[in-house]
Amino acid sequence: MSFPLLTLTAGLPALGAIATAAVPAARRGAAKWLALVVSLATLVLAAIAFVRFDPGGARYQLTESHAWIADFGVRYELGVDGIAVALIGLTALLVPFVIAAGWHDADPLEEKNPNRRWRPTQGFFALILLVEAMVIISFEATDVFLFYIFFEAMLIPMYFLIGGFGDRAHEHGEEEAARQRSYAAVKFLLYNLAGGLIMLAAVIGLYAVTADQLGQGTFSLQEILQARAAGELDMSTTAERALFLGFFFAFAVKAPLFPLHTWLPNAMGEATAPVAVLITAVVDKVGTFAMLRFCLQLFPEASKWATPAILVLALISIVYGALLAVGQRDIKRLIAYASISHFGFIILGIFAMTSQGQGGATLYMVNHGISTAALMLVAGFLISRRGSRLIASYGGVQKVAPVLAGTFLIGGLATLSLPGLAPFVSEFLVLVGTFSRYPAVGIIATTGIVLAALYVLVLYQRTMTGPVKAEVQGMPDLKVRELAVVAPLIALLIVLGVYPKPLTDVVNPAVQQTLSDVHKTDPKPALEASK
Amino acid sequence: MSSTVAVHSLWTTAAPLAADKINAPKIEYAQLAPVLIVFGVAILGILLEAFLPRRFRYTGQVGLAVVGMAAAFAAVVALAAGGYATTKAHIAAMGAVAVDGPALFLQGTILLVGMVGVFTFAERRLDPKAHGRHVDSFAAQGSAVPGSDQEKDAVRAGFTTTEVFPLLMFAIGGMLIFPAANDLLTLFVALEVFSLPLYLLCALARRRRLMSQEAAVKYFLLGAFSSAFLLFGIALLYGYAGTVSYSGIASVVDGTAKLNPALADSAGNDALLLIGAALVGMGLLFKVGAVPFHMWTPDVYEGAPTPVTGFMAAATKVAAFGALLRLLYVVLPELRWDWRPVLWGVAILTMLVGAIVAVTQTDVKRLLAYSSIAHAGFILAGVIATTPEGVSSVLFYLAAYSFVTLGAFAVVTLVRDAGGEATHLSRWAGLGRRSPLVAAVFAIFLLAFAGIPLTSGFAGKFAVFSAAAQGGAMPLVIVGVISSAIAAFFYIRVIVLMFFSEPKADGPTVAVPSPLTSTAIAVGVAVTLVLGVAPQYFLDLANQAGVFVR
Repeated sequence: MSFPLLTLTAGLPALGAIATAAVPAARRGAAKWLALVVSLATLVLAAIAFVRFDPGGARYQLTESHAWIADFGVRYELGVDGIAVALIGLTALLVPFVIAAGWHDADPLEEKNPNRRWRPTQGFFALILLVEAMVIISFEATDVFLFYIFFEAMLIPMYFLIGGFGDRAHEHGEEEAARQRSYAAVKFLLYNLAGGLIMLAAVIGLYAVTADQLGQGTFSLQEILQARAAGELDMSTTAERALFLGFFFAFAVKAPLFPLHTWLPNAMGEATAPVAVLITAVVDKVGTFAMLRFCLQLFPEASKWATPAILVLALISIVYGALLAVGQRDIKRLIAYASISHFGFIILGIFAMTSQGQGGATLYMVNHGISTAALMLVAGFLISRRGSRLIASYGGVQKVAPVLAGTFLIGGLATLSLPGLAPFVSEFLVLVGTFSRYPAVGIIATTGIVLAALYVLVLYQRTMTGPVKAEVQGMPDLKVRELAVVAPLIALLIVLGVYPKPLTDVVNPAVQQTLSDVHKTDPKPALEASK
Repeated sequence: MSSTVAVHSLWTTAAPLAADKINAPKIEYAQLAPVLIVFGVAILGILLEAFLPRRFRYTGQVGLAVVGMAAAFAAVVALAAGGYATTKAHIAAMGAVAVDGPALFLQGTILLVGMVGVFTFAERRLDPKAHGRHVDSFAAQGSAVPGSDQEKDAVRAGFTTTEVFPLLMFAIGGMLIFPAANDLLTLFVALEVFSLPLYLLCALARRRRLMSQEAAVKYFLLGAFSSAFLLFGIALLYGYAGTVSYSGIASVVDGTAKLNPALADSAGNDALLLIGAALVGMGLLFKVGAVPFHMWTPDVYEGAPTPVTGFMAAATKVAAFGALLRLLYVVLPELRWDWRPVLWGVAILTMLVGAIVAVTQTDVKRLLAYSSIAHAGFILAGVIATTPEGVSSVLFYLAAYSFVTLGAFAVVTLVRDAGGEATHLSRWAGLGRRSPLVAAVFAIFLLAFAGIPLTSGFAGKFAVFSAAAQGGAMPLVIVGVISSAIAAFFYIRVIVLMFFSEPKADGPTVAVPSPLTSTAIAVGVAVTLVLGVAPQYFLDLANQAGVFVR
C-alpha cells in the first residue's frame, strides 16, 4: 500500500485549516466556503477508506510506517481497524454539518472591531478543521506516542473554540457571558491537561518498561503486542496496573466518566451549539476509542482487574447524569448531562467484555454522535432565535415553527433510544452484552433509559407544546441552510436504525480481536450452560 | 640521589629537573579558537569604544559582535566536524579546558543564543526617539545618577551605551569556558568572567533605572556570596585531592591515584570531599537558579533591561548546567550515591516551588522568572539520571529552552505604554484583539513552556523525563508531571488574558520592531516548532555530543 490515504485524510483538513486562516479579513465568505469544501473532500477520503477497508482482512489496514523520532522509539505509524474506520467516518461526516450549522456564529460585529486585521471568522473555521485533523490522526495512530501527541495537542484549538466564540445573546449580559466562557474554557483545558500529563507519566513509564525489557524503547502498538505474545515483554502486575491507571485516567477525563465529568456541562453550555457538537460527538469519542484500543490491548490483565470499579463508575455516570439532566433548566446543559449518561453506557459496553457489549459500544459512539448532533444543532437554531438557553423562555414553539419542533422531537427521540432510530440498536446491544455477564449491572443501567424518556419528553413538552409564549410569537421556522443540516442527520438516524449491517460488519471483527487480546470469551447462554 | 633537600614538596618538586629547563606551556590555539575569537572581539570592542567617533560606534559594535559570534560559531562547527566532539575529544591548554562533545554542543548553543541576544540588544525602534535620536533599552550614560542633571544632559545629547556589546562578548566568552572548564580554578575564573559583565548589564536599564540598579546590586551581592561558597568548596576539594584538575580529583575519589604525601594530613579525608563538593555544587546551583538558591531570580529578571534578562535567562542556564553536568559526571561519578538524594530533593523543591509561586505572579517578567525556576527543576531531573541519555537529554532541553526564553522576552520588549514596557499582566488583557500576531507568537512560546506536544518544550520534557525514568527516578517524573500541570495553569492564564479578555481602553500598544527583534522572535518561533515536530536530527547531535572526556 503505497498511497498514503490515512495521512491524506488527516492532512487535508490540517492544510485546509492553514489555508482558511490565511484568507484575507474582507473575504470571510470565501473562508467559510473553503472550510466547507475541505471538510466535504475529507468526507470523500474517509468514505474511500471505509470502502477500501476489508472487514475480513488483516487487523490493521491501510498502514503506513515511517521513522520519526528514533531516539524515543517513536514511529509515524498509522493503521485502522474496523472501530477506527467507523469513527473516522463519523468525524468526517459530522464536521461539514458543524461548519454549515455554525455558518454565522463567528461573523464579527463591526462596532466591536478594534483591529481591521482581526479575523474571527477565519479563525473559527480554521480551528474546526484543525480539530478534525487532530481527531482523525488520533484514530489512525498505532503508535502510542503519536497518539498522545495529538490527543494532547487537540486541546489547544478546542480551548480557543470554547473560549473565543460564544452564543450571541446571553441572559446575563455580555461581560458575564465572556467571564463564564473563559471559565468554561479554562476548566476544560485544566481537566484535560491534567489527565494528559498523568498519561504522559504513564507513557514515559511504558517507554522505560519496554526499553528495560526489549533493549530499545518502543511505542508501536504492534511491536509491543508481538513482544508480549512472544513472551519477551512481561510487565509486572504492579507496573501494568499503574500504567493502566495513568492511561485510563486521561481517557476517563476526556470521555468523560463520573467523577471527572464536571467540565463537560460548562464547556457545552458556554460554547456555541456546533462547537458543543464537536466536543461531545467528535472529540470525546477519542477517549472511549482509546480505552478500547490502548487500555484493553496494552494492559489486558489490569483492565480485567479494574473492571468492577469502572463498571460502578459507569453506572453512576448513567444514572446520575440522567438525573441531573432531568433537573436542568438550561437546554444545552441538559444535553450535556444526557451525554454523560450516554458515555456511561459506552464505557459499560466496553468493560462488559462481551462481543455484543463492545460492538454495541462502538456503534453507540457513532450513533450518539449523530443523534446528539441532530438534537444539539436544532437546539442551537432555537436558541439563536430567542437569545436564551433557558427552557422556561420557550413554550408553544411547535405552533409557530413546526418544522423546527418536529426535527427537535426526532433528535430527542433518538436520544432516548426509540426503536427504529439508530441509538436503539446500540443501546440494546450494550444492555444485552452487559446483562449476559453482569445481570445486576444490566438491570440498573436500564433505569437510564427510563430517565432518558423523562428528560427528553419533559424538555419537549415545556419548550414546544402548550400556549405560545409572547417572546416566541413570530419565531421564524428553519431556514434552508438549517434544514440542509438537520435533514441528512435525521435520515441517517433512520437508516442506521433500520439497517445497521454495513457498520456492524466492519466493527465486529475488530471487536472480536480486541476481546481475544483480553483473553475473554462471551459467556455461554444460560440455557446452554445448564445442559 | 639529589643533594638538595626539599623544604616542602608543595613548593619545590624534584629540584635538579627544575634547574634543567622550564617547560613552555603547550596551548592548542586552534582548539580554543571559539573562546579566543570571542575574547578578541570583546577587546577589540573596547578599543572601538575608545577610539571610534560616537556616531560610528553603534554600527561598528553591532557589526563586530555579529561577525565575531559567527566566526566563533564557525570555529565550533569546524571543531565538531573535525571529530573533536567524539573521537578526538581531549583536554587542551595544560588540562584546563576540555574540548569534547558536551562542551562544543553547549558552546554552539551559547553562541547562537548570543547572536540572537545581540539582535535584541541592538534594537532601537521600540523606545520613542530621544531628542531626534534612536535609542535602545540601555541607559544613556551608566555613570549618570538617575534623575540628575547629568543624566538629563546625556539623554538630551542622545548618548547611548554602546559598551554593552563588548560587555556582552566578555560574558559570552566566560560562558564558553564555563561548561568546558576542566579544573576548578578555570571554573571559578570563567564564572567571574561571565558574571561581572552581567552584573553591569543588569544595572543599565534606560527606564526604571533605580529598580535596575537595585537588581544589579542584589545580583552582585548574592552572586558574590555564591562565588565565595564555590571558592571555599574548591579550597576544600584541593585539600582533599591535592589537585584542582577534574581528572585528578576523580582519580583520587575512585582511589586510582597516589596522594600527594605532603598533604597526608588532609588528603583523602571524606569530610573535605563531601563538604567541598556540596559547596561547589551550591555555587553552581545558584547560577542555575535552583531552589533554595533561587531568591535572586525574580528580582533580577524583573529589574534588568529585558534584552539582558532574555539573554541571561537563556545563556546562563546553558553554561551553568553544562558546568554542573561536567562536575557531577566527570569529577564525582563515584560519589553519586551521596549527591543523587540531595539533588532529588533540590529537583523536587525546584519544580514545585517554581510552579506554585508562579501562579501568584502579576508581572510577566517575574512570571517568566519563576517559570525558569520550574524549568531548572525539570532539567535537574535529567541530570539526576546519571546515564548517557541523561546528558544528551539535558543538552537537548537546554537548546530547546533557551530559544523559547529568548523569544518570549523579546516579545515582552514589544508591549509598551508611556512608561516603557508594560509588564504588569493586567495590561496584557485583550492583546490578542489588538495585535493577534504578537499574541499568537507569545502563546506559542507559552505553550512550549507548558510542554504542549508539537513544541520544543514537549520534546525536551519528554527527553529528560524518560531519561529520569530509565535512570530509576520515576517518582521524580511524577512530581515533574504534577508541577507541569500546575505550571500549565499560569501559562494558560496568560493566554486567557490575551485572547478572552476585553482590551482596555488605555491599554498598551505593540511597538513595531526593526528587523533585528523580528529576526530574534522569528528564530525563536522557528526553533520552537522545528524542535517540536522534527527533533530527531538535534537529538542525534545531542547524543553524539553526550560523552565527557576525562
